Amino acid sequence: MASQREIRRRIGAVQNIKQITRAFQFVAASKLKRAQDSTLAARPYSERIDEVLADLAAVLTGEDHPLLSKRPEVKRLIILITTDRGLAGPLNTNTIRFAAREITDHKGDLAVVTVGRKGRDAMRRARVPVEAHFAGFGDRPSFADILPLARLVSDDYRAGTYDRVDIVYSHFVSTLSQRPTMDPLLPVQPAEDTEGIPGRQFIFEPNPATVLDQLLPRYVATRIYQAVLEAKASEESSRMVAMKNATDSAEELIDDYTLAYNKVRQANITREMIEIATGAQAR
Amino acid sequence: MPLKLEIVTPERLAYSDDVDAVTLPGSEGQLGVLPHHAPLITTLGAGELTIRKGGTEEHFAVFGGFLQVRPDRVVVMAETADLASEIDLERAQDARREAERALETGYHEGADLSSARAALQQALTRIRIAERRHREGPRRRG
Repeated sequence: MASQREIRRRIGAVQNIKQITRAFQFVAASKLKRAQDSTLAARPYSERIDEVLADLAAVLTGEDHPLLSKRPEVKRLIILITTDRGLAGPLNTNTIRFAAREITDHKGDLAVVTVGRKGRDAMRRARVPVEAHFAGFGDRPSFADILPLARLVSDDYRAGTYDRVDIVYSHFVSTLSQRPTMDPLLPVQPAEDTEGIPGRQFIFEPNPATVLDQLLPRYVATRIYQAVLEAKASEESSRMVAMKNATDSAEELIDDYTLAYNKVRQANITREMIEIATGAQAR
Repeated sequence: MPLKLEIVTPERLAYSDDVDAVTLPGSEGQLGVLPHHAPLITTLGAGELTIRKGGTEEHFAVFGGFLQVRPDRVVVMAETADLASEIDLERAQDARREAERALETGYHEGADLSSARAALQQALTRIRIAERRHREGPRRRG
């Protein structure tokens, strides 16, 4: 059995780890709160844009804008959203595995655009062509951050570089559950025009085509922004849970080591007493 | 009949309340909306949005985006919307200087010149509205 000093050293080491994981846990918890708030705050805009798009779709058809036109799905692009940093439990593994299945199932050409370092590294290892990489957008992704990404995919779709664009990210179900999800991004599929006034009754100024032309890029950006925010909330909650588990494990380990330490200490005392007793007898 | 006004930006819900009337900068010119307005969808320009409610007025600097009008509801989907009293004049001045410099030198960090032009327009709108409406002095950005 290890010496008393050795066990004490180990307890100290585990205690240090525990302090760090606990700190991580609390940081993740407060970031999670913020991420959830921004996800909720961004929702009204996205809902309203959906409504206007549905109104527009009632008066326009797929031929009216290149971002609406469906084409045979030969070349696909997947936007893969992962985290920059690790220590987030099984989150990235799950998202990447989900994307990998989609990638291997597709027979034609396929490329990815990655957001977050973990996804890029995995795609490089798997030799999937990475069209572009965007470093994660920090703790507080702003709408302006994702505009270059939105413009890139919209332009490529218009140019015919891709016939279909999907976005793979981790959907935030709850603090304990995040689900890898794939949402179709392009071609844009407007929702049914069911809410409020039918689209035909609206006056469009200057005309429907101009409004649509300005709206579609915003719509694409909004969809990406929503996915980025969801992924952010998933990251923080997954990290929080992982760090909580690590803290609990550290506590268990400390208990085990303390027990071992006490046993060794007791054994040492007993041995010393026997030694003293035998020493006294011998005299 | 009350008119429900919602101002949303990609990042937040900036305003939501019943109002008497609202004037705002449409891309085709200044636009006034009262209850029972005909259904309308249009694009927005940059400028001042004025909310009239029970004899008081509130002012927002709005920039770009869309407007959806129904007889009982107005939704402003702006790229940015700042309450006039919350505009940070110094920050807006900084943004203006930076955008002007970008246009002069022909170089704008990470983006093309059209975005510098847009940034300049946005900064000028903010400054104009803030200077006209500031009463309590500059405060933090909303």
